Amino acid sequence: MAEGILAKIKGKFSWQILNIFEKSLRRAYIDLKPENIKEVVEFIFRRLGARFVIVSAVDTRNAIEILYHFSFDSVGKIVTLRTKIDRQNPEIESITPIIKGAEWIEREIYELLGVRFKNHPNLKRLLLAEDWPEGKYPLRRE
Amino acid sequence: MDLKTKALTKSIWVFHFAAASCNNCDIEILDALTPRFDLERFGILLVGSIRHADVILATGAISHKAAIRLKRLYEQAPKPCLVVAVGSCACSMCIFRDSYNMAGPFDGLVPVHAYIPGCPPKPEAMIMGVVKLIKALKKG
Amino acid sequence: MAKTIIPVGPYHPLQEEPEFFKLIVEGEKVLQLEIELGYNHRGIEKIAESKSYDQVLFLVERVCGICSTSHPFASVNAVEDLADIKVPERALYIRSIIGELERLHSHLLWLGLAGHFIGYNTVWMWAWRYREPVLDIFEKITGNRQHYAMMKVGGVRRDIESDDIPEIWKMVDGLLPVLDMFKGVVMDDPVIHARLKGVGILTKEDVFEYGALGPTARASGVAIDVRKDDPYAAYPLVDWQVITQEEGDVFAKAVVRILEMYESVKIIKGCLDKLKVVGGEIDAKVKEIPPGEGIGRHEAPRGEVFHYVRSDGSNRPVRYKIRAPSYMNVPTNQKSVVGGTISDATITLAAVDPCYCCTERVAVVDKKTGKKGLTGQDLIKLSQEKTLKIKREMGRIRV
Repeated sequence: MAEGILAKIKGKFSWQILNIFEKSLRRAYIDLKPENIKEVVEFIFRRLGARFVIVSAVDTRNAIEILYHFSFDSVGKIVTLRTKIDRQNPEIESITPIIKGAEWIEREIYELLGVRFKNHPNLKRLLLAEDWPEGKYPLRRE
Repeated sequence: MDLKTKALTKSIWVFHFAAASCNNCDIEILDALTPRFDLERFGILLVGSIRHADVILATGAISHKAAIRLKRLYEQAPKPCLVVAVGSCACSMCIFRDSYNMAGPFDGLVPVHAYIPGCPPKPEAMIMGVVKLIKALKKG
Repeated sequence: MAKTIIPVGPYHPLQEEPEFFKLIVEGEKVLQLEIELGYNHRGIEKIAESKSYDQVLFLVERVCGICSTSHPFASVNAVEDLADIKVPERALYIRSIIGELERLHSHLLWLGLAGHFIGYNTVWMWAWRYREPVLDIFEKITGNRQHYAMMKVGGVRRDIESDDIPEIWKMVDGLLPVLDMFKGVVMDDPVIHARLKGVGILTKEDVFEYGALGPTARASGVAIDVRKDDPYAAYPLVDWQVITQEEGDVFAKAVVRILEMYESVKIIKGCLDKLKVVGGEIDAKVKEIPPGEGIGRHEAPRGEVFHYVRSDGSNRPVRYKIRAPSYMNVPTNQKSVVGGTISDATITLAAVDPCYCCTERVAVVDKKTGKKGLTGQDLIKLSQEKTLKIKREMGRIRV
């Protein structure tokens, strides 16, 4: 049941969840602190069997927002975990040790937005050329 | 017309170079080899090595990584080597003009001898472009 | 057993160049796979931030030429999710028709390439020959063989005239015997069985770990398909089914694609029937996009395309995130290519149906010497030779 998924997440992480926005039956956004992302990802991926879709990141000028998108295919629901990290020192735990499929996108966010993913097995450039200057992040709003 | 040019116009060997391409032009180039259009009957052959090429069919906008490859490729090509820019991206970069990862259109990096615009250009347009090139060559 | 290997691809031979796929081998066996991207990076997400929502559709169309309607499809789904826009019913049918026609031409294209890689060049020529009528129909109803620019936020840009419906019907109907032929070629040929079965296996667990999508996932028994899971456009309104296989090898992936084409014909016919009776608008005439965020997806021929869009109420998106299915599928080669032989490498890489030019540039490196050796063209030749060898062993050809 679609409601069942959010209820399970709420039940397990009631202290960690800052806010839940249910845009519709099929789209839900859960706000979390950066330090809680990894455990919630582990729960959704391993215990609830969600499919990892992708991570997207936005420079909102106040912070860098990172969104982790997961799909529950049996009910057609996408649950997005959202967190905000400091623009001056953007760092967060990598989820690649949990989900192999996250390796590339964390590298991409690293090079395009400058976010450091701690404990990523292979944090290096993915798309930009070697001679692209350090410290220049194309998707940042400078 | 000297022997070199004559040989060139009789049987053109083509090398296909795709820079940052969406592949549509590349597919249409390959399409030109399939039974409906069949460029091979004109003696136009797709070759695997730049050292055998008379013409470089260039597609896509050029990203930084591709620009390095292109320069090296062009140096290795035995001259005379003509470059034909196929598709709007190769001609002028089109919608990717302002992107941070682009190194400029083809004619900024290598001499371009023919432009075939279109997104993608139909195989008929490509054949027309090649025919015009051959005619221009024959004129000298 | 050291080999001197040269890094090249079939169309981009160049010494000492970075390549998309670097295979590190010992003798015949592939030990490691390194994948390098970036050649096609055009900064589309950044460009999208300076375009209006209508312009973005033209931009994202050009992410990939082969699935060129898939990205606009996911894009309009995302913006319509954001703004809660209801699309008129007639437009839903037209959208699905375009999406399925694209699936047909894309799978036929793949079939041709796969045929070429294993040495069945007549399959290549025939598959591409039968692609042409699909492209002709596209040209007739949209004005272009590729990049059809049909999607619009709130509907579609052009209607399908009732005069065109019989012609489209005739074309897809005419594909059915062709599909029967390809089905026979692939599923009944013992040489192809021997060549492709057990090659490049991807397990269900791997699909899950890597987030694999589309036929790559469905061939391993994972029945995910956005058209059924998170229905949109006309997919819940017509009758069709999701195709899966269990083995996860290259053969299974080929079978999934062939059988999916039959379903595409079903969907197109179902939508054409509805178009005959459902009239009305094809455009919800959207005037503005409110602030908010939206997620849209579409089952492209290669798998789920995912778009995330954020709006601040102006006519330009604040952020556009585009995730193509190959982004998730290509890394699975770590599992399916590694451990196999170099003669199977090309067809395994091609089996996930990556962006065409990615498979072009492959290099093979010998583990002991570190020297580069075989070209991509050599790998294709090896693959074709393996097929010949199987044919000889089966007495199919005289030595």
